[in-house]
Amino acid sequence: MSAETKTPVKKERRSAGEVLKRMTRHQLFIPVAALVLLVLFNLIADPSFFAVSLKQNSLGNPVLSGNIISVLDNASELVLLAIGMTLVTASSGGQDISVGAAMAIAGSVIIRLVCGGQVSVDTMQTSLILAVLAGILVSMIFGAFNGVLVAYFKIQPMVATLILFTAGRSIAAWINNNQLPIVNDQVFKYAGTFIPGIPVPTPVFITIFVIVLFWLALRFTNLGLYTQSVGINANASRLNGLDPKMIKLLTYVILGACVAVAGFIRVSRSGSINYSRIAENIEMDAILAVALGGNALGGGKFNIYGSILGAYVIQFLTTTLYKYNVPSTALPAYKAVVIILLVVLSAPVVREKMSHIGKSSKRAKEVA
Amino acid sequence: MQEGAVLQLRGISKFFPGVKALQNVDFTLRAGEVHALMGENGAGKSTLIKCLTGVYPKDEGEIYMEGHEGPVTIRSPQDAQNIGISTVYQEITLCPNLTVAENMYIGRTKGSLTRWKQMNKGAGKILQELGIPASPGQQLSSCSIAVQQMVAIARAVDMECKVLILDEPTSSLDESEVAKLFKLMRDLKARGVGIIFVTHFLDQVYEISDRITVLRDGQLVGEYVIEDMPRVRLVSKMLGKELGDISDIKKASDKAADMSSVPVLETEQLASAAGIKPFDFSIHKGEVNGFTGLLGSGRSECVRAIFGADRVTGGTVKMNGESVKIRKPLDAMKCGVGYLPEDRKVDGIIGELSVRDNIILALQVMKGFFKPFSRAQAEAFADEYIKKLEIKTASSDTPINSLSGGNQQKCIVARWLLTDPVYLILDEPTRGIDVGTKTEIQKLVLQLAGEGKSVTFISSETDEMLNTCSRLIVMRDRKVVGELKGADLNQDMIMSTIAGGDNK
Repeated sequence: MSAETKTPVKKERRSAGEVLKRMTRHQLFIPVAALVLLVLFNLIADPSFFAVSLKQNSLGNPVLSGNIISVLDNASELVLLAIGMTLVTASSGGQDISVGAAMAIAGSVIIRLVCGGQVSVDTMQTSLILAVLAGILVSMIFGAFNGVLVAYFKIQPMVATLILFTAGRSIAAWINNNQLPIVNDQVFKYAGTFIPGIPVPTPVFITIFVIVLFWLALRFTNLGLYTQSVGINANASRLNGLDPKMIKLLTYVILGACVAVAGFIRVSRSGSINYSRIAENIEMDAILAVALGGNALGGGKFNIYGSILGAYVIQFLTTTLYKYNVPSTALPAYKAVVIILLVVLSAPVVREKMSHIGKSSKRAKEVA
Repeated sequence: MQEGAVLQLRGISKFFPGVKALQNVDFTLRAGEVHALMGENGAGKSTLIKCLTGVYPKDEGEIYMEGHEGPVTIRSPQDAQNIGISTVYQEITLCPNLTVAENMYIGRTKGSLTRWKQMNKGAGKILQELGIPASPGQQLSSCSIAVQQMVAIARAVDMECKVLILDEPTSSLDESEVAKLFKLMRDLKARGVGIIFVTHFLDQVYEISDRITVLRDGQLVGEYVIEDMPRVRLVSKMLGKELGDISDIKKASDKAADMSSVPVLETEQLASAAGIKPFDFSIHKGEVNGFTGLLGSGRSECVRAIFGADRVTGGTVKMNGESVKIRKPLDAMKCGVGYLPEDRKVDGIIGELSVRDNIILALQVMKGFFKPFSRAQAEAFADEYIKKLEIKTASSDTPINSLSGGNQQKCIVARWLLTDPVYLILDEPTRGIDVGTKTEIQKLVLQLAGEGKSVTFISSETDEMLNTCSRLIVMRDRKVVGELKGADLNQDMIMSTIAGGDNK
């Protein structure tokens, strides 16, 4: 996504003030602006940031390497979570904080099936497709568990998902009898790394596939209209024939599927799983991506592409910080500073002020 | 500043993108008068109030207050309160889980300590002075809506306001509660408070007001003394056209529906979880009937049971003689029943969604999850009804909550008309909307009946029901107590049936 598609400089020429105003009003203004700023910063500080080169990886396959590739690659899990989280936020007005733990469960299920209970395998014991489908199914069941608590028992999403947040990693460990199996089969790692002969990381393709899937779903079903409707006014939605509980449940199940795919990518990267560390704190980044995308965390209207963009911005920021050798222990602090800035800038109060500046500059022009 | 005026607005203008909400409006409020602010929805009443209370910044004009040299600047509701302008809104804006006294003093205690004893004592004194039936220690939510509203007024009075703005305070009150509120308003008047009274009820305007200022399309039409202003003239001023429309709507309904045919919808001993007594009901093709009764008599609960909006606990429903199961709204919709709910904001509109999405929603849900309308199709539907019902909106893309109440209501009507129902239930479709739209909706109801649709029409205003309905089902205490038609259809008969006199 580029900034050009968002700026409404078309047809007749508008005054600078008006353009500014319309730009700042646009929902995607903040994530796009943040991305542009990050790009500019890197361009000025060290243009080599954007260098992409073709290298040989340890297996002798040609692969693309560079910071940009790393951003696109490493953001994959976050993008998938952000998509599901957007729907859950829209329909239930709350967030699922168990996605990290649920990723551990999905990953654990997949590893368990692939290893067939052994500690280390060189060839997969179950077909990979079957294992992934099982992971998705289990994850959707856990999603449904969250969804039922939220929709039918009317528990605050954050409290409802706190249960799985707390228990999820233990469940993940239990699935593999507390062992840490290792998959040495290279085919298993295709999804998280590279498919031989294709220089672009596989997670990028998976992410694009899922994004297209959701684009189709939003276009060819009423998923968008129904979730927004229910999120804005569940009463009225019910009187128009919708089943708000069912729709809320559905969004949690969809998030479950997204979580499973993200979990698969994550375990596929290393071929192993660390129950307590896998996808740690990713739920907060996922929620942040939704917020950065200009979506109200109180539910209602949403823009899924905003969340996707938000996820890439977060990863871009992380990668930039790594590049400047910020120690990994200090990383969260740096991230926090930038995030405070972004969140304050996207706050309605500030945006209102910004559009006022746009207005007054227009007036100034008229006077002159 | 005029002699005796407490508040004067001069040349107030307010522009919204694409709309001139107010243009050069003057308004004068004198001490000790009740001044009604009248106009259709979208005339600019709310905007004027909001400019005055600092909710919106005004774009042009000046505000003068008694005791202040030159124009005053009001940038926030806090500023407005400080110079003595208090507002009580239609929706109670107090905290229901705090006590009456706490609500009266919240945000007004000086320093960080609260002197509870003094606060309760002070509150008790004012409540007593104003004759408000509430005790300071009582939790606010345990009071009736009317009393809550009075507490809001008491709070304003205690802040020594010179100007009290009442924005549709009576719309959720029943008659005895309105009477109490009016008594309070008269007391305040005697104390020299200037009251701005915004309402849609003509009766109430004539009962309590001294003066009327009429706005239309954001412009001042004029200021009138109430004695010089007969009702018909007031209505025509508000509408900006000569009347006659309202009186001739009755004609159409004289063409009575064929009552011998099989009813379009018939219920037998229908009961719901909302606590109504089992009732029998039927409606024929081309008939307009209605439920009447006092607030809380179970009118809405009856139609909600028919639509499946509340859980049905017993009884049968037949459509065209065939038994149908209606367990949830979608079942009813599939049988061709439409339902416009009583509370537009809570049950009707999907606030942030566009006018277009709001209009197509019901039909879309009936069509199914996997068959969304194309953008072009949805737009065509929306544009058709925007034009047909003359919905005033910038575009079909505008969020519905930025429309005025009457136009929002038209969107909901459009939503159901789009589903082409055989039986349409309209529960208080005219509540809180302007006179012009009220008439339009009544006409529409008769027109629909003329096209062979059946309509159940519910309104708190008996006049409207007499205008439109050929049969009225009277309710008392959640029970059907009578049915009126033909010559029995008149005010007196309705009253006596409601009161429990001669049941026919």
